Amino acid sequence: MLSLLVFMPLVAAGALAVLPRVPDAAARWAWVAVAGAELVLVVAMALAYRTPAPGGLAFEQRVRWIPAVGTSYHVGLDGISLPLAALTCVVFLACAVYALREAHRPRAQAALFLFLQTACLGVFAAQDLVLFFVFFDLSIVGMYFSIAGWGHGDRARSALRFFLYTFLGSLALLVAFIGLYLASAPHTFDIVELAANPPLQGSPTTGVLVLVAALVGLGIKTPVAPVHTWLPPAHTDAPTIGSVVLAGVMLKLGTYGLVRVVMPLLPDAWRAAAWVVVTLGIVSALYGALVALAQSDFKRMVAYTSVNHMGYVVLALGAAGLAGGSAASAASGAPVGGAGSALGAAAASSQQLAVMGAVTQMVSHGLITAALFLLAGVLRDRTGTYAMGPGSTVSGLGRLAPRWAALLAVASFASLGLPAFSGFVAELQVFAGSIATAPVTAVALLGILITAALFLRALQHLLTGPARAPRGGFADLRAAEAVPVVVLLVLATAIGVAPQPLLDVIAPTSAWITSVVTPSATDAVAASVAAPAGS
Amino acid sequence: MLTPEVCLLVGTVTCLLMGSFLARERQRWSRVVAVLALVAAAVTALVGPASPAMGSLAFQASYALDAPTTTARMLICAATLLVLLLGRDELAGDPRESEICSLLLAAALGAVVLAGASDLLVLAVAYLLASIPLYALVGLARTPAAAEAALKTYLLGALLGIVMLLGVVVLVALAGGSTYAELVSGLRSGQVPRPLVAVGVVATLGGLLFKAGAVPGHFWVPDTAQGARTALAAFATTVPKIGGLIAAYRLVDATVQSGAVQTGTVVAGIAAATALLGVLAAFGQDDVRRLLGWSTVSQAGFLLFPVAAAGRSDLAQPSLLLYLAGYAAANLAAFAVVAAEPHRRTREAWRGAARRRPWVGTALLVSLLGLVGTPPTAVFVGKLTTFTAAWDGGLAWLVVLGAVATAASLFPYLRWLAAAFAKAPADEDAGQVSRGPSSAAAAAVSAAAVVLVLGVGAGPLWTAVSGQVLR
Repeated sequence: MLSLLVFMPLVAAGALAVLPRVPDAAARWAWVAVAGAELVLVVAMALAYRTPAPGGLAFEQRVRWIPAVGTSYHVGLDGISLPLAALTCVVFLACAVYALREAHRPRAQAALFLFLQTACLGVFAAQDLVLFFVFFDLSIVGMYFSIAGWGHGDRARSALRFFLYTFLGSLALLVAFIGLYLASAPHTFDIVELAANPPLQGSPTTGVLVLVAALVGLGIKTPVAPVHTWLPPAHTDAPTIGSVVLAGVMLKLGTYGLVRVVMPLLPDAWRAAAWVVVTLGIVSALYGALVALAQSDFKRMVAYTSVNHMGYVVLALGAAGLAGGSAASAASGAPVGGAGSALGAAAASSQQLAVMGAVTQMVSHGLITAALFLLAGVLRDRTGTYAMGPGSTVSGLGRLAPRWAALLAVASFASLGLPAFSGFVAELQVFAGSIATAPVTAVALLGILITAALFLRALQHLLTGPARAPRGGFADLRAAEAVPVVVLLVLATAIGVAPQPLLDVIAPTSAWITSVVTPSATDAVAASVAAPAGS
Repeated sequence: MLTPEVCLLVGTVTCLLMGSFLARERQRWSRVVAVLALVAAAVTALVGPASPAMGSLAFQASYALDAPTTTARMLICAATLLVLLLGRDELAGDPRESEICSLLLAAALGAVVLAGASDLLVLAVAYLLASIPLYALVGLARTPAAAEAALKTYLLGALLGIVMLLGVVVLVALAGGSTYAELVSGLRSGQVPRPLVAVGVVATLGGLLFKAGAVPGHFWVPDTAQGARTALAAFATTVPKIGGLIAAYRLVDATVQSGAVQTGTVVAGIAAATALLGVLAAFGQDDVRRLLGWSTVSQAGFLLFPVAAAGRSDLAQPSLLLYLAGYAAANLAAFAVVAAEPHRRTREAWRGAARRRPWVGTALLVSLLGLVGTPPTAVFVGKLTTFTAAWDGGLAWLVVLGAVATAASLFPYLRWLAAAFAKAPADEDAGQVSRGPSSAAAAAVSAAAVVLVLGVGAGPLWTAVSGQVLR
């Protein structure tokens, strides 16, 4: 079932690419149909999902690939990958609907994005390092062609820059994977086996070197502050739905790699480097917010807020590695059964709260940023520019296009973390968990303040003032443009109002991750696993 | 026992004789003979392992019959067949068609023997057999560029050939025998002066580095890739590498086993220099064939990784064979793409080509990303396993350098791809540009398919090349 989910888009992409004479309209609708089927499938899987044992997987499948090198086709989902796989399906369906109006080679675009969907789902499903890498790299190739083929402006240069940066990162990741493979005994690339018996525990130097390689690889992808410079040009020149996928799904590949691979497989090194990671997170959050504040280009601004939001994720994951005094409270009883009420549950350790916040933030940011980029795409379609503020030819759109303005306002408020939206739930957990572990992380709260300011300023520039738009007018949203945005925002609101179903899925796996990276909790979990469930 | 080699030899002689008797317009029959000889050699190589004599050494331990030899026989025959396919339009009707076929078969035979040699004297003979037809093939185009390429190839080949003979003489004298088994036991005795052993090994490697197109024997490669006919350039950058690298692996393995010298470090240095030089030199190239030439130089560097780890990691030998298979497919696919669009010589000329011929464009995409080592192509699995082998052999620094070089190698390839997939310039009408040969396009598409199939089917392939099926 999981393999069907992963490979159905690829098959459809192949069919679209190979079959001659598919009319453009048919290609567009075929894409929507496949993306819709994917969403139905992932919802069915979410309903059928039963919490696996700590470190275990649901929907697991394993086929021999190159047994001699200890690598296999191994896929499965747990509480962290399932929400992200669902997010992927939602975002890609939104793109498919939005692209119904695409006039520029729609057949090739549909094939390319279906291919990308397979690559992204594959990363979230992969339970083997080589398989993870294969899908990780394919997603880069797909995005390169999306930017180079459908972008605008200096797209060739931006695409090349994107590819070089992220490919270098992926090679650093490959080096780290090879290191993990050679350090394991018996040699294997299997993530589950490696997590059950983490290699490099006794050798801190090699462990940290491997960790550095992995951090470089995943940090570039995330992107973390010093290595984020590929992101703004890529976003500026990418087509609208390319930006949506890049920000909505692909940025998560980096942080997901941290949770899936680095933390469980290199727990010692993660603890050793936790302060570095926390610092990187704080810097990214603040720097991203400040630079976003300085932008006069709406899309660039949204791109930089991604650096800020992903900074929170990195911060939270780093905080989870800080084995501070609260580890003792974790030892008193980490919830493993999955029934634990996560938000504000006394039983959950602050580290676990941080990890849960990080995963929730990945989902939340995916939904909200996708909506923002779709709205930015509409802005450019109508006016030919993303420019805002003094000197811009655009203002007062609130009067010209009330529906667009309303959705933009809602998306902005969701992004700046207003309560009742998913961003609030995520950031609350991130900061509640992180500050309890390391009070200094409260510095990053400034980021929320700055984000609020910059979004309000953007709304003011774009929506208020005299009604002006170049090219004469600004038609309001059409159905194909409005529906995906509305759906994304409804989902973000639903998570914000009733987060419990999502948190129930995330909590057990977060508890497991936390227990792996916090030594004192390891015994507690071992004890609670030994004890009858439901205690 | 040596049926594949005999098939190639018979084919060579037959083509040569047919060339003397056939009328000029009926020379295509010699190509039929060449194809038959290659198919026969490949089939007998595949069927061969069933016979009990396999998995051993033949002729007083001077020729190895094992997984590397079998792999080399299959790979070289398949690669030469692909060269004949991609060059069909280019070579058909050539007054020297019979000679070309004969020389191709002779060079292929030389490469096979080079890969199988486990005796220094056989190695020297195989070197000459593999090199001399190459000089002639490179110069066939009768253009100034081809003449220069032929001259460079010849001078470098002759020079490094003599150096190699010197090394062979030194090693034979020191070990008291010429087979690798005698080399291992003779050098292990401890009575030999180690510096002299090092000189002998390095000098012998010199010739093999020329065959592999690695530093310092790489000067001929870009000139040949640019100057020779496309099909022959594809041959010259693929087939000799297979023989040369397997031969280098055997030699290094033997010297490491003897414990007399640590050749691995020297080879690692050469590998690093070759990979970096190839990548950096490819940056400034506008001519796509010259670009491919430099790219094959950098590939030779990566292919030397497992050679450097020879004797120190169990993964070294199968990873080398796997990488060779993936490299041959990807490189031939790239040259076939070039042959399919013969009028597009520079990167600028490729602008819009992929939209005009989407299948050729797809083959170009697969072959170039395949050369980079993007999954799921065969070279990715090759890079993964060779990097692992090198790290396992204690060369972690080489792996890091390899990763950096791989990332850098993207730049030249992507610029070509970006041009090919860009919009065509307005002045180029559909009717104005004649379509290139379709047999080359077929070769390109089939080689690109092989690149993908080998990547996804790497499991069985690995089992095969690690000697569990092929012996």
